[in-house]
Amino acid sequence: MKQKFDIIASTCVPLPLENVDTDQIIPARFLKATTREEKFFGDNLFRDWRYNPDGSLNKDFVLNDPTYGGQILVAGKNFGSGSSREHAAWAIAGYGFRVVVSSFFADIHKNNELNNFVLPVVVSEGFLKELFDSIYADPKTEVVVNLPAQTITNKATGKSETFEINAYKKHCLMNGLDDIDFLVENKDKIENFERTRS
Amino acid sequence: MNTLFDKIWDAHVVQTVEDGPVQLYIDRLYCHEVTSPQAFAGMRARGLKCFRPERIYCMPDHNTPTHDQDKPIEDPVSKAQVDALAKNAADFGLAHFGMMDKRNGIIHVVGPERGLTLPGMTIVCGDSHTSTHGAMGAVAFGIGTSEVEMVMASQCILQSRPKTMRITIDGKLGKGVTAKDVALYMMSKMTTSGATGYFVEYAGEAIRSLTMEGRLTLCNLSIEMGARGGMIAPDEVTFEYIKGREYAPKGEEWDKALAYWKTLKSDDDAVFDKEVRYDAADIQPMITYGTNPGMGMAITDCIPTVEGMSEVEKTSFEKSLNYMGFEPGEPLLGKKVDYVFLGACTNGRIEDFRAFASIAKGRKKAGNITAWLVPGSWMVDAQIRQEGLDKILEEAGFEIRQPGCSACLAMNDDKIPAGKYAVSTSNRNFEGRQGPGSRTLLAGPLTAAAAAVTGVITDPRTLM
Repeated sequence: MKQKFDIIASTCVPLPLENVDTDQIIPARFLKATTREEKFFGDNLFRDWRYNPDGSLNKDFVLNDPTYGGQILVAGKNFGSGSSREHAAWAIAGYGFRVVVSSFFADIHKNNELNNFVLPVVVSEGFLKELFDSIYADPKTEVVVNLPAQTITNKATGKSETFEINAYKKHCLMNGLDDIDFLVENKDKIENFERTRS
Repeated sequence: MNTLFDKIWDAHVVQTVEDGPVQLYIDRLYCHEVTSPQAFAGMRARGLKCFRPERIYCMPDHNTPTHDQDKPIEDPVSKAQVDALAKNAADFGLAHFGMMDKRNGIIHVVGPERGLTLPGMTIVCGDSHTSTHGAMGAVAFGIGTSEVEMVMASQCILQSRPKTMRITIDGKLGKGVTAKDVALYMMSKMTTSGATGYFVEYAGEAIRSLTMEGRLTLCNLSIEMGARGGMIAPDEVTFEYIKGREYAPKGEEWDKALAYWKTLKSDDDAVFDKEVRYDAADIQPMITYGTNPGMGMAITDCIPTVEGMSEVEKTSFEKSLNYMGFEPGEPLLGKKVDYVFLGACTNGRIEDFRAFASIAKGRKKAGNITAWLVPGSWMVDAQIRQEGLDKILEEAGFEIRQPGCSACLAMNDDKIPAGKYAVSTSNRNFEGRQGPGSRTLLAGPLTAAAAAVTGVITDPRTLM
């Protein structure tokens, strides 16, 4: 939480599936916690893909493959669809990911990542496909995500893309600030709005 | 030249942050037990009180068992979460409709039926199906827990303004086609991400002809196309539904509110960022075959084949069918079903029970079917009994359970066992959604009833 964000250079974990929904990221039965224990959620990230029904490790799933690792998760389009559960973002952060790269994110989940200092980076379909190819060709492929410059670079190909983020949210991420700090400081504006609305 | 969405959104903008989001005032925050505890904890850690406690309503629904609600919840973890909501509501001075309270039920069923959800409001809840409330002519959307805390702390939220889309459905719906089928049809056309980034307004003759319950079902499923929310301009159907409800305005307040509500429609020259049109005549009773709600088809169709798909699409599609135990190109009619679930914030309203009962009447539940019929609220339960639907359903071998989210996401005991097939009126067929290994086929209440009495996937029109 509130981990300041600047430049991240890391290897990646590839998850070339589309429409990864938040029920897969963290199944509903793990939503009963009343505290924000990131380790608990991180331990159960992709629980039903990571473990077989008998509780043993599913060796075919990428998180269990020692070939791949790093702070960047790379996923197919429409990542984080479905349920609004912020527990999904807690699980991603709790596991140790700082960046998720995809060609498309679901709206609510994208906000949830940003509110937990995980950066969703939207890239073009072409960049994404090439990135998967690079990672599979060499799992040590490094990717550099530069928030101040709003660029992402695939070091295997040397290619870069710029990504969008609004200036306010960028400022929050780089300085470890959250929206509640901002809103609470603006109470006079809220009270004024309440007085003047018809 | 404003859209309905523009009118409501603009009336709630407190300020626009420089190069950033809009600070939007929220009229109503709904809280359930799953996505609120960490927000309350955050408030305590910051030493904050709720800024406008009178605008916040809390009720447990996800963990509540659908039997013996008068006794303590058996699962200690579920009980702790439900108890935490009661304590948090008391500590922060918020309204709380606990289990066994006659006002309890699924939050998206209770809000409209109690008159807490009204046209022109901005409404949020830590739940993606908050889009339901848009059916009343409100701007309603699901948010995360950090955002729940924002609203508790300031009655505001920071949001980027979504784009607008209008989906018009012309013509009249055919026999056996419900609001759920309309939604499943749209999802199959738009995919689960086709409306991402947009706020949708539904319009056209087929939408206008829906009852309030049908409209709530339709808007409920907006999120399954990725939409931020969905809404329908309020009309006489809406006003008639609201009038006299517990928290609805009364007397002079009603007249004033009604005059305002009548202005809530898109101007004739309003410009949407995207316009989509469908013909009601093309919509059949629908069913899903895969593991996201966009993987749906007319019940009489065959599952698509992989022809023309990209590698990534093919991987996801094959993973999905493999999970479901289906083959590309095969039909679903006649396939054996194990479970039938009627309920959820999607189809747990009185109209859904009427539809189900219309098929069950004079027939018997098939021997191979376990059926869970779960009203969306105690008010729906009371209506079922008042209309005598309970008698018809019991006669046919069905039992009515107690209200809650139930098998929609299986946070209580109502879990579909691994490998079993459920025809479900809920909203999501994701892997494991109704219990680890469960296989969900989403459908409307008529199709669910048809499966329940025949034991196999059946076109409900053949029983009407």
